[in-house]
Amino acid sequence: MSTGFHVVVLGSLVPDLLQTLEPVQGPSGPALKNELMLPAVLDPWAAHALFEAAHVAAATPGSKVWLVSLGPKAKLQQLMMSIAQKVPFELVAVDGSASGFTDPVDVAEALAGAIEKIPSLDRSRLLLFGGCASASRDAGVTVQLVGERLGITDQFLAADELTVSAEGVLTVLERVEGGRYLVSEVAGPPCAIAWATGNLPEPPNNPQVGMMNMRTIMPALQKAPAIQFASQGTVFQSVELPKQERRTRIVRDVPLDEMAREIADWIKG
Amino acid sequence: MVKDDSSKQLPARLRTLPGDDVRQIMWRFADRFDYQMVVQSARAVARGPVARAVAKGARNSHEWTEDKAALLHEFDAAGITSAAVDPEYGGYIEGPKNFVLGLLAYELAWVDAGAGTSSMANTLALAPIHERGTPEQKQTYMSRSVPPLPGDSRKIWRGAFALTESIPYVGVDTGVLSGRVRVAEWNDSEEPLLHVDKRGRFITNMGSANFVTAAVDSGDPRIKGSCMVILEETDPGTFDRGIPTRKLAHQLSSTRDPIFSLQVPASRIIGGYTVKDGVIIPNYSHADVIEAVFTRTRATPAIMTSAKLLSAVEPVIRYHRRRFRGAAGINEGTPRFDMGLQQKEDALHRLLDVWAAGEAGASLGFETARLLDTYDAIEKAKAAVLAQQGIAGGRAELKALRAREKDATEYVALAARRTPSPEESARLAMLDADPVVKFIVTESLSSVLIPAAKLWNTGHGVNMMREAVSMMGGYGITEDCPGFLGLKWIDGQLEATYEGPEVVQRRQLSVTMSRPIFLRQFQAWIAHLNAISREHPAMGAGTLASAMELWFWSREYLSTAKDAYGRDLYSNQRHGVTYPLADALAWLVATYHLVLDVLELKRKGPENPALAEGIEGLVSFYTDLTHIHAATAAGEATRICAELVFGYRAESDPALEVLASTVDVFKDVAPFNALRTKVDASLAGSKLAKDRAAESLSHVMIPEVLDYPV
Ligand SMILES: Cc1cc2nc3c(=O)[nH]c(=O)nc-3n(C[C@H](O)[C@H](O)[C@H](O)COP(=O)(O)OP(=O)(O)OC[C@H]3O[C@@H](n4cnc5c(N)ncnc54)[C@H](O)[C@@H]3O)c2cc1C
Repeated sequence: MSTGFHVVVLGSLVPDLLQTLEPVQGPSGPALKNELMLPAVLDPWAAHALFEAAHVAAATPGSKVWLVSLGPKAKLQQLMMSIAQKVPFELVAVDGSASGFTDPVDVAEALAGAIEKIPSLDRSRLLLFGGCASASRDAGVTVQLVGERLGITDQFLAADELTVSAEGVLTVLERVEGGRYLVSEVAGPPCAIAWATGNLPEPPNNPQVGMMNMRTIMPALQKAPAIQFASQGTVFQSVELPKQERRTRIVRDVPLDEMAREIADWIKG
Repeated sequence: MVKDDSSKQLPARLRTLPGDDVRQIMWRFADRFDYQMVVQSARAVARGPVARAVAKGARNSHEWTEDKAALLHEFDAAGITSAAVDPEYGGYIEGPKNFVLGLLAYELAWVDAGAGTSSMANTLALAPIHERGTPEQKQTYMSRSVPPLPGDSRKIWRGAFALTESIPYVGVDTGVLSGRVRVAEWNDSEEPLLHVDKRGRFITNMGSANFVTAAVDSGDPRIKGSCMVILEETDPGTFDRGIPTRKLAHQLSSTRDPIFSLQVPASRIIGGYTVKDGVIIPNYSHADVIEAVFTRTRATPAIMTSAKLLSAVEPVIRYHRRRFRGAAGINEGTPRFDMGLQQKEDALHRLLDVWAAGEAGASLGFETARLLDTYDAIEKAKAAVLAQQGIAGGRAELKALRAREKDATEYVALAARRTPSPEESARLAMLDADPVVKFIVTESLSSVLIPAAKLWNTGHGVNMMREAVSMMGGYGITEDCPGFLGLKWIDGQLEATYEGPEVVQRRQLSVTMSRPIFLRQFQAWIAHLNAISREHPAMGAGTLASAMELWFWSREYLSTAKDAYGRDLYSNQRHGVTYPLADALAWLVATYHLVLDVLELKRKGPENPALAEGIEGLVSFYTDLTHIHAATAAGEATRICAELVFGYRAESDPALEVLASTVDVFKDVAPFNALRTKVDASLAGSKLAKDRAAESLSHVMIPEVLDYPV
């Protein structure tokens, strides 16, 4: 393809996964204890999507990557100090809550609105990327909802691989039941891909890439529109952490096969 | 789901451990995104490959192994190596780099200071060239030290700095050089060929170095004095890397005792040379070069030790809190389950002391690095002005600078005025525009801050690291200790030793702290602290100010006092007087800079929306921590000063003591007694601050696990 893709990646921050995530009742509904104070990382599934986007863009001359993030501006800025070092992209920021206690419909509305406003975006070349899940809310529907709003009906969920043929045909591997892949072909963009883990390693940090990206990131953060989600709509009746169950048994010299069988039996119930 | 009532707790508690937003404010790099990125990048390397190497046991060998060498490539890939290089030679950070190198060292030493030292030693090797090298030398060695870009087959060069020599030569005393440089060949009109013999001891990076910057003295009447030369591994002769040092610390860096016997062109003399009457005269002696080098490089190891103390906080809290979980009968929801050893006041109080020492050291170390970032430009401007007057280096320069020291002292006094008169403002502006005055002011400060940081951060830091280790019980002294605390303890001892052991720093301080210009500065600090104390009474600024007054009085007194035998107290050779006084000063200086950083947090923290929900707790915790530390520092300084003021007097006559009170016996030092009482009285509230901070510490939220492996 001579003109390349316009890849828009949807992704925002989640609290660092090593932190204790304790639901509390805040003044405006449920929240995580000290959420704003906790260090944040890019949502892992969105991160896979971003790395895949950079990979596709690097392999297809003329392509460009945008990262569209809805999150508190100050936290996004901090996040950029690591994420912006990994791959080249342009940030489109929306200043609002990245909490898990928001409604994906509202979030999708805000994200689609932000994408529509990207001035140089060619929607006919658009690949809409995001995570198939999230470490905060995990509604598993945001990419689809954004895709629908942008009129993108070719949607692939839980993708692990995208290849582009010389003719520009996209082949997508989607995870389906039973550890198998569904292989689909689509003639070309636009399409939406919600990524599972993909299969690319996390690129190392490179401050030089970061400083290139920062030229557009800071202006993007400065002009990020603020949005406030209406409090009506979704009501959270109760929020709790999944119960952790741990049973420790100390055994010696158990053959590997036996261990595997025992685990399989336990999973089968 | 519980109701979040954190905001209702009074006084507000610390909610989480301080994150990047807090550090960026306190250490003043919130607007430097390039630095923030370097921090993230170095952190990923430190808590990833470096930590894995340590956990895997890479420190258990004295050899330069593949695992260790691989870390250098990680540094290259993450932009750590080239962060030290100017953009004109292929680096990417504009301007001076002391502060950013401090940040790098902080991140690496958070996990392993040996890894930090590998990266730092390369900068140290380049430093003589950076500070005093010719343009050609800079171009050659700087650009070779930048990692090649993808597709470029060039090999990166690494360096070592060789000053220390085999016993009985160079160590603390850098003047006893045995390394020699002689003329090997010198044909008319050609560049002379030199022969260099040097035996190094404890030279870092020797396992990988491609070039060495070595200090040598002349062994030939055709060469005048000493110099530093650049040696390359392919120079004709012997480039023997020597045996590895059997180090107990920093094993991720390579240290060896190399032997060099090499022929090099005279163009390798760092900074170049001139020829006069058939004699090669190096432009810079080895002493000139190392002074410039150590001015810039000593803040970095100081920061490393402080990083370790701060890195100990989280593992100790986690260990204490979880100490009894899982035991029969200790159920979730009971204080023993939730708080573990944090139920015990001692566990909390001791950890606060460790934390405060780490904070004060970091505040001092980073302030020193920031000051040094202003140094190069100021030094260049001064040199240009003096050059116009026909003065270029050496004695003539010293004389010219001394002549202006009075103006510089006046500048310090005027700059401290809170409400200057119009005439004073005009005079201040005039002095401010004078590069020579600016240089003297900066140098008088840096020549105190650098040795104070190197001395106190590392010396007291190691003592406090021992405290941290002991808080982990038996684990502390094993390889399995989370956060590698035992390793960090012994590592700190090396930071106290290399780049000039404590004695070197005390010696320098004993001179620089008594310069009138510094003493003027010191008085300005006291006034500043008194003003702070009026506005923020709970910080301990008043205690610190009182202790500083007491130190100031004691120094003045000691400077003219005599001992019971009529001998001067304050003299060059009386280390028993001047060195402890230097120690006391270092305590005070470190604490002063912690006060400033906490004030900055108080001022700028609320502007950061990411900190909004926790800023009150953060500020009140840091205020208390500063108060605690001010009390400790004041106690130390007071104890030292009291020993010095009273200790050299003759023992008092017991008969007299019966007749008169102590105050009467020591009438001549009545002001000391008054000041000491003032310090004592100012301690009111400091232990209450400790109780409050302990309360915070027992509730602060920490991550579920450490973010690097064990
Ligand atoms: C792991 C490691 C790495 C190193 N890396 C390098 C390197 O890359 N390049 C390099 O050039 N050097 C390096 N060094 C050397 C280091 O800088 C020296 O060890 C240090 O300067 C002390 O010198 P010394 O060991 O000879 O101690 P000495 O000079 O023998 O001093 C020992 C002690 O005696 C006392 N003392 C000495 N002189 C005086 C005095 N005048 N007044 C009062 N007391 C005194 C002090 O307590 C001092 O600590 C390294 C050392 C180590 C251990």
